[in-house]
Amino acid sequence: MSEQHSGGIREGALVLADGSVFEGELIGASASVASGEVVFNTALSGYQEILTDPSYAGQMVTFTYPHIGNYGVNAVDAESQGAACRGVIVRDLARRHSNHRAELGLGEHLAALGIPGIAGVDTRRLTRLLRDSGAVPGALGSASEAELLAAARSEAGTDGVDLVSTVTTAEPYTLGSDASRRIVALDFGIKTTILRCLTEFGSVEVLPASTSAAEVLARGADGVFLSNGPGDPGILDHLVGTVEALIGQVPVFGICLGHQILGRALGAPTVKLPFGHHGGNHPVKDIDTGRIEITSQNHNFAVDADSFSGLGKQVRMTHVNLNDGVCEGLEVVGERCFSVQHHPEAGPGPHDSRHLFERFAQMMDGGR
Amino acid sequence: MPRRDDLSNILIIGSGPIVIGQACEFDYSGTQACRVLREEGYRVVLANSNPATIMTDPDFADATYVEPLTWEVLASIIEREQPDAVLPTLGGQTGLNLAMELHERGIIGVPGTPEMIGANAEAIATAEDRQRFKDAMLEIGLDVPRSGIAHRMDEARDVVDEIGLPVIIRPAYILGGRGTGIASTPEQFERIAAAGIDASPIGEILIEESIAGWKEYELEVMRDRADNCVIICSIENVDPMGVHTGDSITVAPQQTLSDVEYQEMRDSAIACIRRVGVETGGSNVQFAVDPTTGRQVVIEMNPRVSRSSALASKATGFPIAKIAAKLAVGYTLDEIPNDITKATPASFEPVIDYVVTKIPRWAFEKLPGTSGVLGTQMQSVGEVMSIGRTFPESLQKALRSLEQGHDGLLAQRTLGDLSGRSDEDLLTAASVATPDRILLVGELLRRRVDLDRIHAATRIDPWFLDQMSIIVDEYEVLTTTQPSALGRRGWRRAKRLGFADSQLARMWGLSEDEVRNSRLEAGVRPTYKTVDTCAAEFAARTPYHYSTWEDEDEVAPSDRRKVLILGSGPNRIGQGIEFDYCCVHASFSLREAGFETIMLNCNPETVSTDYDTSDRLYFEPLTREDVLNVIDAERPERVIVSLGGQTPLKLAGQIPAELVAGTPAASIDAAEDRELWNRLCEELSIPQPPGGTAVDLDQARAICARVGFPVLVRPSYVLGGRAMQIIHDDAGLVSAMEELSGAGSLGREGGLSAERPVLIDRFLASAIEVDVDAVRDASGEVLIGGVMEHVEEAGVHSGDSACAIPPQTLPDWVVEVITAYTEAIAHRLDVCGLINVQYAVVGTTVYVIEANPRASRTVPFVAKATGVSLAKVATRVMLGATLAELRAEGLLVEPVSGHVAVKEAVLPFNRFPEVDPALGPEMRSTGEVMGIDRTFGQAFFKAELAAGNGLSEAGTAFLSLNDHDKPAGIVVARHLRSLGMRVVATRGTAEHLSRYGVEVDQVLDKVQDGVDGPTAVDLIAAGEISLVVNTPRGSAGRSDGEHIRKAASLHRVSCFTTVSAALAAARGMEESLGRALEVRPLQEHHRR
Repeated sequence: MSEQHSGGIREGALVLADGSVFEGELIGASASVASGEVVFNTALSGYQEILTDPSYAGQMVTFTYPHIGNYGVNAVDAESQGAACRGVIVRDLARRHSNHRAELGLGEHLAALGIPGIAGVDTRRLTRLLRDSGAVPGALGSASEAELLAAARSEAGTDGVDLVSTVTTAEPYTLGSDASRRIVALDFGIKTTILRCLTEFGSVEVLPASTSAAEVLARGADGVFLSNGPGDPGILDHLVGTVEALIGQVPVFGICLGHQILGRALGAPTVKLPFGHHGGNHPVKDIDTGRIEITSQNHNFAVDADSFSGLGKQVRMTHVNLNDGVCEGLEVVGERCFSVQHHPEAGPGPHDSRHLFERFAQMMDGGR
Repeated sequence: MPRRDDLSNILIIGSGPIVIGQACEFDYSGTQACRVLREEGYRVVLANSNPATIMTDPDFADATYVEPLTWEVLASIIEREQPDAVLPTLGGQTGLNLAMELHERGIIGVPGTPEMIGANAEAIATAEDRQRFKDAMLEIGLDVPRSGIAHRMDEARDVVDEIGLPVIIRPAYILGGRGTGIASTPEQFERIAAAGIDASPIGEILIEESIAGWKEYELEVMRDRADNCVIICSIENVDPMGVHTGDSITVAPQQTLSDVEYQEMRDSAIACIRRVGVETGGSNVQFAVDPTTGRQVVIEMNPRVSRSSALASKATGFPIAKIAAKLAVGYTLDEIPNDITKATPASFEPVIDYVVTKIPRWAFEKLPGTSGVLGTQMQSVGEVMSIGRTFPESLQKALRSLEQGHDGLLAQRTLGDLSGRSDEDLLTAASVATPDRILLVGELLRRRVDLDRIHAATRIDPWFLDQMSIIVDEYEVLTTTQPSALGRRGWRRAKRLGFADSQLARMWGLSEDEVRNSRLEAGVRPTYKTVDTCAAEFAARTPYHYSTWEDEDEVAPSDRRKVLILGSGPNRIGQGIEFDYCCVHASFSLREAGFETIMLNCNPETVSTDYDTSDRLYFEPLTREDVLNVIDAERPERVIVSLGGQTPLKLAGQIPAELVAGTPAASIDAAEDRELWNRLCEELSIPQPPGGTAVDLDQARAICARVGFPVLVRPSYVLGGRAMQIIHDDAGLVSAMEELSGAGSLGREGGLSAERPVLIDRFLASAIEVDVDAVRDASGEVLIGGVMEHVEEAGVHSGDSACAIPPQTLPDWVVEVITAYTEAIAHRLDVCGLINVQYAVVGTTVYVIEANPRASRTVPFVAKATGVSLAKVATRVMLGATLAELRAEGLLVEPVSGHVAVKEAVLPFNRFPEVDPALGPEMRSTGEVMGIDRTFGQAFFKAELAAGNGLSEAGTAFLSLNDHDKPAGIVVARHLRSLGMRVVATRGTAEHLSRYGVEVDQVLDKVQDGVDGPTAVDLIAAGEISLVVNTPRGSAGRSDGEHIRKAASLHRVSCFTTVSAALAAARGMEESLGRALEVRPLQEHHRR
């Protein structure tokens, strides 16, 4: 498999744990074997944001749109300093990019970030397979198919793995000088765009995920934000405990993993979805207003809204995914506490739900 | 918000005849709307003058008015039908403008009148009035190009002084950018601004900062009553700003905007539709982006379904018109299921996992005198779309879909020999947007000219250029590799970049079959993927497919009885919507009869490429390889090649003969092969004009010596009279043969050879031309569908000629002879299905001109005129049914009578002021209309009105006739005078008229004579002439008449270039003027 093409092409393959083989050409950082949980994202643009989103820790991302890298990469659009994902799978990597904001080509950027990848793959076949079987462990690289298969089979995947600890900040840091509101953000793998949205409404102190509730409350912040992050919310009991102690004490707003942890803190279980939501085109309905927003989504787990009736606090579903009825948002009745499963900050994706940050600000100001 | 129950009766305004800028995409959208609204239980009233449309099939509406689209006629329809609402957003600019006119006259959209649904008058005016639109955009914080409005030239000059040149000038309320232009010099500015003020129906132009060379984008937006907005598709133009988007190569989705920039554009598009106030439905918003700074400006928005929305629907699988119709009657997006997944709602934004490329097709070769340079005014007559997984694949597929002889990007054969031209020379050529520019870019890349230099010359984004250079790199590798050495991966790499077998065959000097066989030996076959709106995130139910070269094939052919229907490819002059009508009817009738139907076509504007039309749709080029691949994948029982015009017919001999449905391929050849055809006519004792075939000048001269001039010269195997000429002398013959022998533009369609000779016939002057459409079944029964008598005499292409059903002047015995001849020819050719035969009647002799055993352009007109669905009947016959069986089944009914139907051609001359609008043997019309009424005169009058040649007795008629036409001109002039018109004429014509007692009010000088008095051109420009009758004088070069006809065309004065048409017009005026036009739906005309 490692035969060299005269044009400098590095031939390689992606092998899934179920034995499926996808041939292609290796791109990005060189790797003889790289493994991870293979997922897909259907967004047409925003590859740089996706590749740098800490929520993809432990995963190899398949882009369903065939041309990736067309507009290069730049320093502004990154969602984190490094790369969290373990690999990238595309149909075609742009040889030359074109955009006035571009600073580097995606291929070089991947190499610099140490992300290996494969191009030339029938990504539609792969997506159909992932759609039907859910995220699957896989391995890509220049090694033999047998070695890649072995690596794929021994890959742990993301179920039952604490990935948050691998992406959260080691030290607290503060962003923004706007003293009108002080926000504490618990970093489960927070995206830069979220921080940008929050700092529009105040200064933001970002704390490691392991920070205790008492330490959080001791900050005396106007509100606590629970960030997005990678992996299975079902095993993050320590974080659930932290959040449980915050409810009712301070306004809380959660996004994605933050939403799932809030749900668990309220006593609702999380469930793994058949094939997750990964794209920038999902319709979400605000149950109160009836308005439909097109949203950016990236989650394999969801809060089980059927359990809401039996919880200690009065919890209601506020947002629903119109494609499959999955709970996309919740609030605690009578408390200043809400969360959404989708990504109102976008980055990448539509801005339809950005107003939720305003809602958080109003909540911190005493409103609901 | 569910369906509105306060409405029950809805009027849909169609878009009328196919013209440049407004083609069959509105048949697609209108057909969807009619279907949806009826499914929802509404009564649908439809008005559309275009008989070739599928939407005007009486099955698609409750009352179908094939009547002229004027506000007066629509007012009569509204009076008669009392609709609750009018849906104006699905009939293009025509529908929108008419709705506004009706609104301004208080007929719709005001209390007590039908409501305007979809978009109200306020929204339409905000979007359409350029200044209002601009102000609205500035108000919501969006950026627009700096500009000013002018109604007079002094105002215009003030504006340009402020903005500075270069500027772009756009007339208000126009479709397809007519009258729009870029001015870089004061002289250009004076000319374009004056023409623009003249072209605008309200005499208004917008003068704007030129942003030529910027990147151009379009977003398709939908909005519902609850203010939910979604973007259906983004489109990026390969050709930068400066080329009309309808003339640009475009790609979906956008390729070179980062998500940050794309979302900014998305926000702007949604803000735009909200501010303009389009309550429900689709709109398209166009943007320009400065490539160096990223500055985004809004260019314009269409508050309606458009050509781009048809493209977006086909590109994504999201049926914009269908959803727009549902939104217009009250549904919200989340209440409508996504057709494709069935499981998810329509309130989402489609994502795709392939690249769509659209390339326009132009007809400059038919319009001598045009520059062939593209600009801000749309000139293309059709387009192709292709789907590939990558841009290179999709581009090469689109190029071969065009059917213009190039089988890919590197197509030196069609560009001719470029070896003598320097890089600089080619760069200069490529800096001008032309239809060939993309191929010049391919050549420049092949020469390794620096990509940045090509970008500087063309302003095509470097990403697109680099993607094209990937094709070039592969080309270089392939030329030095033998197919046997390619290996599976090598084959796959080439095919994935869109290389066609035929292209490889040319590179390697092999036959296409040899290439195909070695590819198959390497185990490389196409895979078919599905268009599913969601990039495979959900399971798709809709069988809409395209080929590519991947691992997995998603098509699972059924074991039902299957028929593959080959469509007609891109619209072009001579082959348009009529053929799509036939293909769609074939699909409908076969589905009804229990067959599984499979459609193959590459034209995004059509109903045939609606995934709802057939059981399966393959969006593929109509080439041998692509068709054979689909045959391999689907294994159909039969393939229909005879309903889509010449495109599929040319493929008849290239697919297994046993698969051809109906008339065997050998018979198709027999009708085209001159020797076989002559023998057949001799055997049947049917007179033909004397003639012969020639492959060179010597042979041509020998024929002319035998039959005498004038002769009619035409190539074989072409539609629409391509390059057909009437030749009066030897010099004409020399130049005609030169053009046809391959050096000329026809070379790209094949050139001359023993298989494709030139046909030369004695031209029958003053003959009456007759067209017959008939169907013959396997049992030998022949059904005469329609006998059409042409209004113009022989010599005018049948596609450009008006014609009537039933015949108006032919004696019964002539019709009987024609019927008998048609039956005999159909038998002799062993026709099974449709046949069209053309005759010329001179005195007591009926000559046969040609026979074509396939669907003709007139099939839909015959169906609308007679109530017999000829296409459906013929399709069933091709699959083995007999006419007797179809009669018993109720599909074949008796034709209706009691009215006269007239078809009139619609010509594109007002877009090409440099072209002489005289009619001739080469077809130039883009579309057609039908007038139907009690008498010929009334029907003709309606047809002219519908075609934009409204006739009025007020004013002055100008006559200028050649000697041959002068006697008949006396009759025309008498009629016009009796209607109360003033008559003015050129000297010779005036003398002739006076000599025979017709008073002439004024004698005009010829344009080329001195400057004594006003010329006809002066009077036309001054608006003093309301009717021009000018017949051309043979083949003389640029004549006086040409100036007159061009002036009439430019100033939109009705102009007849044959006396026969003028006579018909006079009759029409006599029978129609002074009384209201009577409107009647087809359903009443067809009542038996």
